[in-house]
Amino acid sequence: MDKMDRALRELGQMDELAAGDSPVHRLSPWVKLLVTLGYIIAVVSFDKYALSGLLPLILYPLLVSQLSGVSLILGLRKLRLVLPLVLAVGIFNPFLDRAPLLYLGSLPVSGGVVSMLTLLLKGLLSLLASFLLVATTPIDSLCAGLRKLRVPQTMVTLLLLTYRYVGVMMEELAVMSRAYHLRAPGQKGIHYKAWGSFLGQLLLRSMDRAGELYASMRLRGFHGEFYYAPSRPCGGRDLAWLLLWLGAFALLRLVDLGALLGGLLRL
Amino acid sequence: MITLENVSFAYEPGRPVLDGISFHIAPGEAVGLIGANGAGKSTLMKVLLGLEKAEGRVMVGGEELTKESLPRVRRKLGFVLQNSDNQMFMPTVYEDMVFGPMNYGLSREEADRRVDAVLEKLGLEALKHRHNHRISGGEKRMAAIATVLAMEPEAVLMDEPTSALDPFNRRLVINTIRELGQTRVITSHDLDMILDTCSRVILLSGGRIAADGPTEEILRDKALLEAHRMELPLRWQG
Repeated sequence: MDKMDRALRELGQMDELAAGDSPVHRLSPWVKLLVTLGYIIAVVSFDKYALSGLLPLILYPLLVSQLSGVSLILGLRKLRLVLPLVLAVGIFNPFLDRAPLLYLGSLPVSGGVVSMLTLLLKGLLSLLASFLLVATTPIDSLCAGLRKLRVPQTMVTLLLLTYRYVGVMMEELAVMSRAYHLRAPGQKGIHYKAWGSFLGQLLLRSMDRAGELYASMRLRGFHGEFYYAPSRPCGGRDLAWLLLWLGAFALLRLVDLGALLGGLLRL
Repeated sequence: MITLENVSFAYEPGRPVLDGISFHIAPGEAVGLIGANGAGKSTLMKVLLGLEKAEGRVMVGGEELTKESLPRVRRKLGFVLQNSDNQMFMPTVYEDMVFGPMNYGLSREEADRRVDAVLEKLGLEALKHRHNHRISGGEKRMAAIATVLAMEPEAVLMDEPTSALDPFNRRLVINTIRELGQTRVITSHDLDMILDTCSRVILLSGGRIAADGPTEEILRDKALLEAHRMELPLRWQG
């Protein structure tokens, strides 16, 4: 199985994960959306040196992963393409901010290193929370949740169609890549001289298929807005989940639990 | 059910793909649309479905196809695409099947009733909650037909419904088409399938109707078929 086939299977795997059954899967999509949004806001709002304050927020992905049965390792594997970008965001901090901020024993740790680690953790936690949301909520339910939160229809439809069309484009890429490598045995990747025509063909083929898909949708009554499966009414459990987590995020944002526990340990 | 009067269409000026096509298809009739590559079969399907705007008059279920009537006309027609991957774009078979009925404003209960009835009729109950990317090509083709039937169209249009299927699945699709009560318009190069499913054949050539008549009469006419770059059905080739 080549890389593209693997990527396609992974994309399909996300749909299967989202169709699972667990207490988290059964929660209302918009509640999960709000909690994830609250979590990301809480995470990114920390100061660049607030590494200790950020650490307790790891609890959220850990608990959701346990409750939903969606492995965080799997999440990290799926995020492997994005994680280097997260790392790249703060990679120059240690060179720009060299003043010691704290000491590990007698070892000085510069502000740049702490801010780099904080940025890295912020990115990682935000990505993991988003992954858990997508892995526990089917895409159309997610879109229904977004509509409930008054996100404009055009944006939601765009999101849904992008998600669907990514698969179409990858299928075309897989077919073309296989055809290319069957006639270029032993060659690693695609020769740069073929990039232009390869990309052009990919675009044309994807557009053709996208056109057919769209025709198929229009012929089945699609008129600009997707019909989203109605989620069950928001119940007490959903509200409890929402309030519990938003309360916890607010508390962890206001109280530096990491430093507090560290202080207690020193006592 | 379907009437075309002097329908012409060209993608480029001066190069007509359809040239003065006229015919009438009665309700419940099964018609095979045959012809060599480039004869205009797929374009004719697109015109019937309102995906391309042609000159002339297209009537579906007593209603003329216009910009205003398009949504109503489309509701009467179901179209099975040649490539089922382009038809099945939702995560599961069930979600794909309710997509059409829900878009037409049916209640969840009614959509579910239709889905269950169609799946039972086609013997596809086991596919209901399967993921589209996990089912075989044959299953996907049957599921694509099911998505169309769940809309309860008055006429079903099919583009190469048996292409790329193994003999077992091909026979399954043929039997399914035979048992449909709706008007059927089928384009295909599989003349044996056309022979098994259609009572009438329209032979297109160069955008015009070269022949229109009973299936057996046209498909036995070797000279006619060969004059239009076609061959006798395999079973009659000896």
